[in-house]
Amino acid sequence: MINLYEVTETNNMIEKENLDVRTITLGISLMDCVDSDLNRLNDKIYQKIYEAAKDLVKTGEEIAREFGIPIVNKRISVTPIALVGGAACRSEEDFVSIARTLDRVAHEVGVNFLGGYSALVSKGMTAADELLIRSIPQALAATERVCSSVNVGSTRTGINMDAVKLMGEVILQTAEHTREADSLGCAKLVVFCNAPDDNPFMAGAFHGVTEADRVINVGVSGPGVVKTALEKVRGESFEVLCETIKKTAFKVTRVGQLVAKEASKLLGVPFGIVDLSLAPTPAIGDSVADILCEIGLEYAGAPGTTAALALLNDQVKKGGVMASSYVGGLSGAFIPVSEDQGMIDAVTAGALSLEKLEAMTCVCSVGLDMIAIPGDTKATTISGIIADEMAIGMVNQKTTAVRVIPVIGKGVGESVEFGGLLGHAPIMQVNPFSCDAFINRGGRIPAPIHSFKN
Amino acid sequence: MKKTIITVVGKDTVGIIARVCTYLAGNGINILDISQTIVQGYFNMMMIVDTNPTDKNFGDMADELGRLGEEIGVVIKCQKEEIFDQMHRI
Repeated sequence: MINLYEVTETNNMIEKENLDVRTITLGISLMDCVDSDLNRLNDKIYQKIYEAAKDLVKTGEEIAREFGIPIVNKRISVTPIALVGGAACRSEEDFVSIARTLDRVAHEVGVNFLGGYSALVSKGMTAADELLIRSIPQALAATERVCSSVNVGSTRTGINMDAVKLMGEVILQTAEHTREADSLGCAKLVVFCNAPDDNPFMAGAFHGVTEADRVINVGVSGPGVVKTALEKVRGESFEVLCETIKKTAFKVTRVGQLVAKEASKLLGVPFGIVDLSLAPTPAIGDSVADILCEIGLEYAGAPGTTAALALLNDQVKKGGVMASSYVGGLSGAFIPVSEDQGMIDAVTAGALSLEKLEAMTCVCSVGLDMIAIPGDTKATTISGIIADEMAIGMVNQKTTAVRVIPVIGKGVGESVEFGGLLGHAPIMQVNPFSCDAFINRGGRIPAPIHSFKN
Repeated sequence: MKKTIITVVGKDTVGIIARVCTYLAGNGINILDISQTIVQGYFNMMMIVDTNPTDKNFGDMADELGRLGEEIGVVIKCQKEEIFDQMHRI
């Protein structure tokens, strides 16, 4: 039977170490909403999402209460809208009308984000894909809760450099369209390589076409729990360090598995996956960078950071995989800058640069995330940053992403406040040298060879 | 059997267990196990209870116990057993 020590340990994790379930994300297929008439399409989308998700928030709160574990976000992901809207949308405004519908239904059912204003263009763009991508700046300015993502490359197809070039421009335009809010629109826009179909985390969540009609995916969180566990093994060998991370990750993931199964049962929707990512928040003690420091670095970004992150990421997966019957999504440590107080401190102290962050993304999930850069950064430079990150994902057969925020009207030395889970960030220096000629070539980078690994 | 874990944490005072047990008995909730310690003057108790016989719903029970805790000056939490089982048992 459960004993007092175990109960106290669990409750300390929840109350003192910020253990929570970061998100229950309900994936909804919109393929059966496809219609050539825009009004009918919008109506069908609204109805389908409303019917599927009307009890989501209530159910999440009920589960949180029964187990005494906070469930921070209840969210929705939908089929990439470029696929759903292709038959009906003839202009950018047509796509924006769908974004407004998504925003309206997100408000109605009470979720804080809805992802899937997306296009998958890793090899080429259809007319609809391109229209959707070009409509992103307007769509993100006109809505509050809609998140957008574009997959521009994969290990199997290579990198669509036309899309990479376009995304550099789209990110800048999105920043311009939302300049009043410190270019906040860009915080809701992610560019992916090897985007997973079942990611529950925003802004990159969408409901892949290989998924069932509806599915429940859950993302757990627990950087604070890992850090506290590591405080007890200071000075011990790597073996002890790794074992401690693994055991802690197991416990954290079990909570996610429990919540996912319960949500699946109560909503009558199949359980998809648990995403094992260590997701930080700006709250004190909820930081991945702090774990790196606890492993033995003065600041995240110091020499040794990539190795420390690699071992952290791997041990989290090893512990988590056994704790859940299905693991998926991004599953690794997130290293967003603005959402992690330890990362912000490292940037402010001069310990962490964009280039070091890029190196770190080679060994952990996602990529250059929530990084504020000067508002006068050129579109081609942003495309260059994207291309570098996509290349890392393509060659290493992993998901990588870029979510940078060119803050219009601000430069290096200033900082930007997004509020809430999105946090605040110092604006980071970008390499000033040009890559115009590289980006302007056009076409695709071919898929990499899958043999002769080295 | 549906088991619930009730934890009571706070400054030690006379009659904490009595008041909690009176509430549980009044609502037909059977206590299966109690363990309790005092650490540096702080009262720390865990009860495993069987909520099957009661027709009270979980939320109401948790609210009422929470309010009782406020009256006594301690924090009372109710959680379904599964969260602990999942985390600490393979």
